[in-house]
Amino acid sequence: MSTAVAGGAVGTPAAPTPDRLRARRKAAWRRRRFVLLLMSPWLVGFAIFFGYPLIYSVYLSFTHYDLLSAPRWVGLANYRFLFGADQQVWPAVYNTLWMIVIAVPLQVLFAFSVALMITRARLGVGFFRTVFYLPTMAPAVAATLGFVFLFNPATGPVNTILGAIGIQGPLWFQSPSLSKPSLTLLGIWGVGNTMIIFLAALLDVPKHLYESAELDGAGWWQRMRWVTLPTISPVILFAVVIGVIEGLQYFTEGYVASTVAAGGAGGGAGDATNNLGYPQDSTLFYPLLLYQQGFRYFNMGYASAMAVMLLVVSLAVTVVILRRSDRFVHYAGAMR
Amino acid sequence: MEAAPRPLPMPLARRRIPKAVRRKRLLVAVADHAVLIGLAIAFLAPFVFIILTALMTSDQALSSHLWPEPFHFSNFADVFDRAPLFRYGVNTFLYAGLATIGMLISSVPVAYALSKLRWKGRDVVFILVLVTMMLPPQVTIVPLYVMFSKLHLIGSIWPLVIPNWFGDAFSIFLLRQFFLTIPDEYADAARMDGAGEFRVMLHVVVRLAKPALVAVALFSFLFAWNDFFGPLLYTGENQNNWTLSVGLAQFRTLHQVQWNLTMAATLLFMAPVIALFFAAQKAFVEGVTLTGVKG
Repeated sequence: MSTAVAGGAVGTPAAPTPDRLRARRKAAWRRRRFVLLLMSPWLVGFAIFFGYPLIYSVYLSFTHYDLLSAPRWVGLANYRFLFGADQQVWPAVYNTLWMIVIAVPLQVLFAFSVALMITRARLGVGFFRTVFYLPTMAPAVAATLGFVFLFNPATGPVNTILGAIGIQGPLWFQSPSLSKPSLTLLGIWGVGNTMIIFLAALLDVPKHLYESAELDGAGWWQRMRWVTLPTISPVILFAVVIGVIEGLQYFTEGYVASTVAAGGAGGGAGDATNNLGYPQDSTLFYPLLLYQQGFRYFNMGYASAMAVMLLVVSLAVTVVILRRSDRFVHYAGAMR
Repeated sequence: MEAAPRPLPMPLARRRIPKAVRRKRLLVAVADHAVLIGLAIAFLAPFVFIILTALMTSDQALSSHLWPEPFHFSNFADVFDRAPLFRYGVNTFLYAGLATIGMLISSVPVAYALSKLRWKGRDVVFILVLVTMMLPPQVTIVPLYVMFSKLHLIGSIWPLVIPNWFGDAFSIFLLRQFFLTIPDEYADAARMDGAGEFRVMLHVVVRLAKPALVAVALFSFLFAWNDFFGPLLYTGENQNNWTLSVGLAQFRTLHQVQWNLTMAATLLFMAPVIALFFAAQKAFVEGVTLTGVKG
């Protein structure tokens, strides 16, 4: 109907007649209705699948709830148990922190080094990129199963090869001190996404910066320190952030590795739940404990308290990230 | 390569690289390639050993031999007798397919509104999208489980599919980043021609964003295909609706020490996504780059 509807491009700002004003208001209203229409799926989803569960989670954390009978208010009892009595919480927190503090930096460093070597390679760039990216495609369950097999002490190829050169292979996933390092190796194998991002960032570093640095007599390390690292620092931050976020929700690999390795050690098929964290709670990560409490033991009030603590920590991380987002989110195009 | 060995005493004659430097560069390049080749072998080795083991007989898989002798291809048929893999495959495909369709239908308009239209509160909403993307799913999982249990949907794949029909934060984020790179001139030109806002969105912006749509659809499909936490939680009690990831995780516990069959099943689970990767490698790499560099 009217041609002045969209785009926000308003014509000449001459004195508007009442007719025009009405038309303009009508257009603005129509535009708002269109936005609302487009946003409606997300608005509904946000309310039902995020907002409401978040609030209800906080309420449930003050109750005893087993899904069968109505939630019973118990005050701070869940939190007291969480911070005081529960013997499994601190191992779980420790394990999750271990992955964030040790595994994530190692993965980022590895991804960066590989990307750097690929940018310097003259031959087979496409081949290397594909090979290092490929493991990322393996579903987490399949990759974990594969690794538990590769590293199984009895018949696994890794220990077979180590044995052939005269080294007694360790127990890997069945050793409390090596289970997390084994999972770290698995993480390094699947580091392709980060590697691709680094690769793109490294190729984006303006060539003339290197050239002028070289003219100034900068060596390899100085070029790295003063040109490469500053230019791609947003990407490094991004990779670390993603790593921390994924570390906080680390679940699948821990679940599969512990249950499968326990089965291989003659733990008996039986109920997989009893094997979560095998061996000796060394792979019991915080989300695994939450799952066990909430959906195996149906201590849903207690699981909610655990979820609230996870929320507090993740929110803190998220706020730090968002406040510094201008550092690593590059908004293409005009944005305000 | 061997350009002008003539000695030039001018300052710009830095083209002529001293022999020592050239040799050093060559050595560095050789070392680079050697390390890369070594790492590439290490990265491919898991696949190779998984394939080799999947081709072994049960006895042989229990020995420390690394090469199958004879090749036992029937493992790939046997796994279908041991576990209803076909059924798990159908379930997985349904989950991934329905989730991806729903995600596209619901997320494209949201991303469009967040990037190409100006309205009050847009920045706040975008930050909320980022927050939902970054918080661990475990944070809201208890109430969601309670909600779906009251709707009698536990044991089905619907709790996995339905939320995708109401916008997926990661996809919205990615699409928005891409839409922002599309110049407004195209849309304005269409508006001049009298196209309505809906047409501008569908026929101009979405059409130009096709590569991003492909990437986002691929990511969504793969996420669902690989997802373990969700299917374990919601379908765990009902074996009929297990997805491949849940079925495979239990496979080994149910079939003690038969690594050959377990690896055959693992391969069958990996094969489709790896095939998909080779078919759409470009879209993947572009999509991943979009998350990290532009996003």
